[in-house]
Amino acid sequence: MNWLNNFIRPKIRSLVTQQKDVPDNLWQKCATCEGMLFNRDLSENLNVCYHCGHHMKITVDERLRLLFDDAKWDEVRLAKVAQDPLKFKDSKKYADRLKAAQTKSRRDDGIIVAKGTITGIPVVIAAFDFDFMGGSMGAGVGEGVVRAAEEAVKTNSALLAIPASGGARMQEGALSLMQMPRTIIAVEMVKEAGLPYFVLLTDPTTGGVSASFAMVGDIHLAEPGCMIGFAGKRVIQETIREELPPRFQTAEYLVDHGMVDMVVPRKELRATLGRMLGLILRPGFDAHGTGRSNKGGSAPKSPAKGGSDVRTAANAARNIAQLAPKLATVKKKKPANTSTPVRKAAAK
Amino acid sequence: MSKLDFEKPILELEAKIAELRNVGSDSSLNISDEIRRMQAKADRLLQQTYGKLTPVQKVQVARHQDRPHFLDYVRGMIEDFTPLAGDRRFAEDKALLGGLGRFKGRSVVIMGQEKGSDTESRIRHNFGMARPEGYRKAQRLLEMASQYQLPVITLVDTAGAYPGVGAEERGQAEAIAKSIEACLRTKAPILSVVIGEGGSGGAIAIATADRVFMLEHSIYSVISPEGCASILWRSADHADDAATALKLTAEDMLGLKLIDGIIQEPIGGAHRAKEQTIENVAKQLDSSLNSLIPWNDNDLKQSRRDKFLAMGRNL
Repeated sequence: MNWLNNFIRPKIRSLVTQQKDVPDNLWQKCATCEGMLFNRDLSENLNVCYHCGHHMKITVDERLRLLFDDAKWDEVRLAKVAQDPLKFKDSKKYADRLKAAQTKSRRDDGIIVAKGTITGIPVVIAAFDFDFMGGSMGAGVGEGVVRAAEEAVKTNSALLAIPASGGARMQEGALSLMQMPRTIIAVEMVKEAGLPYFVLLTDPTTGGVSASFAMVGDIHLAEPGCMIGFAGKRVIQETIREELPPRFQTAEYLVDHGMVDMVVPRKELRATLGRMLGLILRPGFDAHGTGRSNKGGSAPKSPAKGGSDVRTAANAARNIAQLAPKLATVKKKKPANTSTPVRKAAAK
Repeated sequence: MSKLDFEKPILELEAKIAELRNVGSDSSLNISDEIRRMQAKADRLLQQTYGKLTPVQKVQVARHQDRPHFLDYVRGMIEDFTPLAGDRRFAEDKALLGGLGRFKGRSVVIMGQEKGSDTESRIRHNFGMARPEGYRKAQRLLEMASQYQLPVITLVDTAGAYPGVGAEERGQAEAIAKSIEACLRTKAPILSVVIGEGGSGGAIAIATADRVFMLEHSIYSVISPEGCASILWRSADHADDAATALKLTAEDMLGLKLIDGIIQEPIGGAHRAKEQTIENVAKQLDSSLNSLIPWNDNDLKQSRRDKFLAMGRNL
């Protein structure tokens, strides 16, 4: 069966596609409107169909490029986790699948943690790589979310999670299930430090990923048309044996049902994020009359521990905004690809 | 329907013994020796079978309809149980029950999924598959536990959260995520026992606890073996292989340091001796609770976090 699917069928398909009257590498067809798309124009348009606005997938690197200021960021190195602790094997060994994905992506697992600025405000992004085993969340990915939260707290940055995942990585059994509480603990750390936590839901966000850190954001944004849900469509259909409603589990559907704040076209993401971060972190007044001493860009107070001191936490968050211009200049002098904190003074 | 295929030889033997007992009572023949001999054989067979259950057999035992369910435990170990209903937002979900009660003299909040014990009650409880309202009720009860400093006992027994259109529309994912968050924020000890099926997100939603135990023949998994097999093997016929690969037994879970302990079941499984099983669970809960009382809210929350953060790092 696998041999048939994996070998024979692609072969047949490639024979068929060769008969197309346009070469593959120049044009492609939009899956939604079937309009022809010139590849170069498509990529200039951030992989959004310029006929109908359908958002196609983009790589995680492209994603970071379009979000961070000057398309620049530092990648945070992630700790190694136990590889294949269950010694899982189906038709293929999990260890082999993992190795293949690692070789292909040149990363240890399906998540990138990066830090930079968005409209001058420091932000740590934890972005899923859907190409890495369907963005599934095992111990490595969960560790990435935890690390991203720690980095955000350490550097007084906002945290932006960008899931793109089919759910838990079942080859890691219940260990992958435990990433649900683990990633929520990560979010709790960020919230207690008074730092903003946003989620940008992308296609798809389902299963154990949607039912953990992805649904506890201060603000939930989603890309147009992306699929968001807990249970898979097929499972639901098998359970209820009825037709599913139109647009079921799309971003727009979730907005209608109160689970997502807004659907934002890819082009507007950076500006929208920047505006919201600014609204939260640069309120234009000093609520407690204590933040002025930090105006010159002095080191911020360390964030509140245990979440009880809301005042300190809020001030810590505001300090981000005040530090932002300075941070941007510091960053430019630094060479890329370092994982040292952008601003050492902010480190605990 | 309630028969397990691997129990067949035992059940046949037990049926024969029952028959002989009937004969013995209305005839003068002395067959008590024969009965005793057969009974010993049946006991031995039971012990052997249950001593080496395969993972897929454990899945069957964990789902056995005669296993004690949430309400059996409540009846067996909670005094003054006072069920509380509703999520205060949309509805009451009878798949996840909860309320106040007294455990070994102490007031507690107790909750868990109830699968039901006959067709009518199984439908009423939606086979233990909660909708968002169930998890929002759990959040409400956890907040109440914090407010009044009451320890929480959760009994996990679900195939998973309900996959339906309405459940999705009302935010099943959000409800589960917030339920985990509520567990992490609770300012009172939380003790969880997987009494049957620990089915994925629907289970962890109420099992993010200070101490997590599993009954000997219960299972805890990220996906059902059938679901896993149909995705990875492309056929549900491989549920057997999937059950083994998923490492879903209590012993596996303890080996992976994902749970704190295993509670023994009587020989032949919980469905053969409900009362003894419930007593074993109560005993474990009592000693664990004693070790957590008195508590400091912040220390408790921190060590709960540390415990989950350590998972996977310690392998």
